[in-house]
Amino acid sequence: MVIYSVYVVSKSGGLIYNYDHNIPRIETEKTFGFPLDIKLQYENKKVVVVFGQRDGITVGHVLLSVNGSPVTGRNTEDGKDVFEVIEAKENYPLSLKFGRMRATTNEKIVLASMFYPLFALASQLSPVPKSSGIETLTADTFKLSCFQTLTGVKFILVTDQNMQGTEVVLKRIYELYSDYALKNPFYSLEMPIRCELFDTSLHTLLELVEKSGTANL
Amino acid sequence: MSRQTSRLDAKKVNSELLTLTYGALVSQMLKEMDNPDDVNKQLERIGYNMGVRLIEDFLARTGSNRCMEMRETADKIQQAFRLYLNMQPTVTSWSSSGDEFSLVWDQCPLSEWVEMPNNGLKYCALIPGAIRGALQMVQLDVQCWFIQDQLKGDAVTELRVKYIKRLEDAVPAGED
Repeated sequence: MVIYSVYVVSKSGGLIYNYDHNIPRIETEKTFGFPLDIKLQYENKKVVVVFGQRDGITVGHVLLSVNGSPVTGRNTEDGKDVFEVIEAKENYPLSLKFGRMRATTNEKIVLASMFYPLFALASQLSPVPKSSGIETLTADTFKLSCFQTLTGVKFILVTDQNMQGTEVVLKRIYELYSDYALKNPFYSLEMPIRCELFDTSLHTLLELVEKSGTANL
Repeated sequence: MSRQTSRLDAKKVNSELLTLTYGALVSQMLKEMDNPDDVNKQLERIGYNMGVRLIEDFLARTGSNRCMEMRETADKIQQAFRLYLNMQPTVTSWSSSGDEFSLVWDQCPLSEWVEMPNNGLKYCALIPGAIRGALQMVQLDVQCWFIQDQLKGDAVTELRVKYIKRLEDAVPAGED
């Protein structure tokens, strides 16, 4: 059982907490000869592999560095355009590092606020009135579980598909939230949760769940 | 107050500490503001701010479901009194339309040993504030006021709770 991440969305739809628990870092570095047999494209301010996957470099991976110099946007550290470097024969052999990009905080905020209407939509799709909205959502690589409290706060847990007993974990996270965030007099409602005690007790809970399951919660 | 520690050792804070702290707070506010009505208002506001946070703890702890009528709500409020103040008010005097009831108690840990100055102060104004705040977070708008007060010579303390409306705008998705 692997827990990937935890999100808390406030009742107005803003992301107030996120935590990446266990996301494996995938990076591959390889030396290439001319011409490069991987098709790259510049999209969303990243250089992305669009075709020609091989040796652990898959479509969707992002170019992280060229000859050890990190890539930001489409430029290397010394300001050279990545595509010019790749097209020039004299630069080869060229060592390129690819990896999976992690979501930035901004992207997470966008995702969280996109989940909010999806949840509302799901509850409207129901043939029966007062359906609960998304409780679990399963994809081929992960399972998302969501728990909405009576006050409208949403707790979201992203795990692997085999994870059992996520409702119990979400209830426990709700208890931690009511204890360590809300009882902290300096935490203001609806604001991002920056409480160390909440962090540490959440980490302890997630580690416990991964180690010994949800049976003894 | 966290559940983890209270699970491990059953030690509780002495209730007299709470009584004294609350007493000190009220008397200090009275000193600083002179006008007892302002003190009442501020106490109500403190209660409200506590209520909007306390409700999450109550829900997380009890796993309650949504109340669909006032009698259930009265039960939950009674349960909350037991949980947080260790007191057992009785629910009585229902109005015929079922939207208004009284909570009656003759002992409250907040007002032990208190002898009131005769100036219109509502010593326990924190409690109606907390009820209003908590119910507002579960999308119920209520009005809450004292009609009898032991501290003012009545036999019991009676708190009236009246349903005003459901806050439809705030009801979360899936329940509207």
